[in-house]
Order: sequence, then C-alpha cells, then structure tokens
Amino acid sequence: MIRATGLAKRFGRRDVLTGLDVAARAGHVTALIGANGAGKTTLIKILLGLTRSDSGTISVDGRPLDGSPGYRAIIGYMPQIARFPAHASGRDLLGILTTLRGAATPADLSLVEAFGLAEQFERPLGVLSGGTRQKVNAVLAFAFQPRLLILDEPTAGLDPLACRVLKDRILAERAVGTTVLITSHVLPELEELADDALCLDAGRAAWQGPVDQLKLQTASTSLERAVAGMLRRTPEVLAR
Amino acid sequence: MTTMLPVLRPMIRETLRSRWLLALVLGLVALGELLLRFGGGGPTTLVSLLDVALIVTPLAGLVVGTMQLHHGREMTELLLAQPVTRGRLFVVLYLGAALPLALALVIGLLAPFAWHGMLAGPGALRVLGLAATAGTLAFITTAIAFVIAMRVDDRVRALSVALVAWCITTILWDGLVLLVALLLGEHPIEVPLMLMLALNPVDVARVLLLLGSDAAALLGYTGAMLARLLGTATGRLALLATLALWILGPCLAARRVFQQKDF
Repeated sequence: MIRATGLAKRFGRRDVLTGLDVAARAGHVTALIGANGAGKTTLIKILLGLTRSDSGTISVDGRPLDGSPGYRAIIGYMPQIARFPAHASGRDLLGILTTLRGAATPADLSLVEAFGLAEQFERPLGVLSGGTRQKVNAVLAFAFQPRLLILDEPTAGLDPLACRVLKDRILAERAVGTTVLITSHVLPELEELADDALCLDAGRAAWQGPVDQLKLQTASTSLERAVAGMLRRTPEVLAR
Repeated sequence: MTTMLPVLRPMIRETLRSRWLLALVLGLVALGELLLRFGGGGPTTLVSLLDVALIVTPLAGLVVGTMQLHHGREMTELLLAQPVTRGRLFVVLYLGAALPLALALVIGLLAPFAWHGMLAGPGALRVLGLAATAGTLAFITTAIAFVIAMRVDDRVRALSVALVAWCITTILWDGLVLLVALLLGEHPIEVPLMLMLALNPVDVARVLLLLGSDAAALLGYTGAMLARLLGTATGRLALLATLALWILGPCLAARRVFQQKDF
C-alpha cells in the first residue's frame, strides 16, 4: 500500500530522513515506532503531501506521489492533538471536509454515537475539553470510508473508555481490509493493534517486519521489550 | 470557484466571530461619530478619518493576517491532507482572512456617515472612495501578511516582521521620501518621487484619496507637484492601476510561497 525508497529530507542543516526504505502492507496495521526526532512525523507529512522529500520516491496504492492531490481521497488522517478553529463545531468541520472532498456518499458518523458525542459534536470546539476534541478528530478521520488510515498518536488524551472504542474501530477497519499506519508512544497499545512494526532511527528504517518476528528475534515477550532489545543490539544506531 | 463557497463560508464566519474584528468596527464607528458630531462634518472630518484609516488598515491586515495564518496552522494541515490542490486551498484561506477584514473596514467607516445621512449628496463619493480604498488596502496587506507568515515559521518573529513592515509603510517610508526630496532638492525629482510613491501601497492610496479633496493644497510643494502630475484623469488611472498591481503582486507571491511550502 505504501512504498518508499531512498527517501531523504533535510530541514536547514538537520537531516531528518536519510535514505529511508519502507513498505506497509495493504490490509494490515503497521506501527510506526521511533524516538522523538527519528523522522516519524516527517514521513507522515511526506505521505500526505504536506512536505516534499528532497530525493527518493514514495507511492501510495501503486501511484507515485507527484504533487497531484487525487490520491488523498482514500486517506483518513488523524493528526496529533490539534487546535482547530475555536468557533467552529465538529459538524462545521465535517461540512468543510465533505465539500473539499466532494464526497458523494454521506459521511459515516457511527463513531459519534460510539463515543457518546452527539451533543458535543454540535458545539464550538473552543468549549470542549482536549480529550473531546480528540474524539471529534477521530470522527473526522474515519468519516469518509478511508482505505488508508494515518493515525498520529490517536489515543493521546483519550479516556480509557474512548480508547477502547477507538481501538475496536481500528480493528474493525482492519477486518474489512483497510490499511492502517499508526504511531504511538504507548507500545503495549500498538502491540494489541499492529501486525507489522516499522522502527525508525535517525531517519532510517532500523527494523521492519511482523511484530511476532521481531519478538522472536529478540527473544522478547512483548513489543516494548523487543524494541528495547533491538535498539540495544544496534549500539551504532543509539550512538548517533 | 462556486464549489469552494460552502468551504469559504465557515472560514469567514470564524474570522467574523473573533473579538478584534468587532473592536475594529466599533472603534471606527466611534471615531467617525465623534468627528461628525464635534468636527463639523466638513472636509477636515474626512481627512482625519482618512489618516486613521491609512494607519489602522495596514496594521490590522499585516498583524492579524500573520497571526491568523500561524494560529490556524493545524487546521491548514488538516485541509492540505484532503484531496484538493494547494491553489484552491489558498483561495479559501486568503479570502477567509481578507474578506471579513475588508468588510469590517467598509462597515466601520461608512456606518456613521450612513446614519448622518451623508451617503447621498455631494460629499458621498469621497466617503465611498475612502471605504473602497481601505478595503483594497486590506486585501493588499493581508496578502503581504500571508507571505510573511509562511516565510517566517516562528510566531513571535513573524509578528515582529509584520510590525516592521507596518512601520515602514505607514511612517518610515514618508521620512525616506522627504529625505530624498531634500537631498535632491536642486534637481528635477518628479521621477524618483513617483517611483518611491508607487513602491508603497499605503502612499498610493493616500495620494489617490487626497487628490480628491481640498487637502491636497495643504501638502505644500510636493502636494502641488502631485496635484499637477497626478490630478489629471490619466494620473488617477495610473494610481488605480498601481493599486491593482499591488493586489496582484502580493497575492501571486503568497500563492507561490503557499504552493512550495513544507508544512
């Protein structure tokens, strides 16, 4: 579904991506793991066309990204906790996105009900709590039958109940063949959801493959230990 | 373009609901009312209002435009993640910021004249001209603000650049013009002064408005020269064309920066 080769990006004097080769399988959940500054956000931004790579290629669903916006019709994107316009309601934002996308089918709002958000969805975002805004954020990402979900720290700020609702929804999406790319700093949570792991370090892919295999290779019982073990085994990566 | 209207509407509503815009309208209405009530309502009223409008409009356009784009950065990123071209999105963001500001200025400037019954009659054209020019300046300065906001990622630095740009266009530029006039006093200075005038949209707007009033005589030698050179129909047309170029240039620049930017 996603394939990147030799992706490089430099911001000023800082090399953020240094020849990144990654792939994410269609219909699977891929966990994007890495320390702060490893390049996770930059990879997502290049994937969304927000940022352009200096060199290398990236393709979504077999189509190389060339600056035309059409490919984004299949993407549902949930950014990290965002401050959206304070006076607009979730319903207003949904209207904006519906128009921009020229969506033919009515938006799927089942998450509004699942979150118990019916009342807050009509109220200005400025008066909602951070967690509630994050729920609105999730509703928007899942609303347009995406075939590729890009979720950046989706559970940050959510209460345990809402977390459960969101994770169940992600698993349901996976069951119908949606590809999911997800980042989180909570590794046990990723372990519950992810089929594959994609570990970035200093702008390169340090390790990628099925989560089970990662655990086997590092003789670990959990993803958290496996990632720690993997990083320990590559001291030159840590040294950078 | 019509397909973007439903997107533009909530954007404009968002800007209209913010407090600074209301403060701007109320401030202009209060000032206009004061001037009309106690200033006698003569031509000096209009010149006083013109002075304020030419200082406040660039300030509002530059500072608020810069801050608004920085403040809405996350929203912009969400919109960019949708299947739309950046060109279309730029139109929405730009009009969403510039249109409400222009509207606020026009309403704030015209309202006092409206209920004093001065929007019909001999002086009406000048009042309407002032409002239209202020609205035009709102579009120009908002476009410049967009360029600043996208080129300078740090909020505080972007704000200071915007303030410096405001100082230059409203205060420093006139000092520079005066300096050049003094230094080149012995030589024919029409051409360099015309060029300097054209390089500052606020000056273009001021001259355009002053030419229409008796106050041009107050400007002394420069005013007399300007009246002679630009007071003709051709001169006014040239000023209008310069103002139009000032809308087009910054808009195209802002659009270009927007299309190439890494968010």
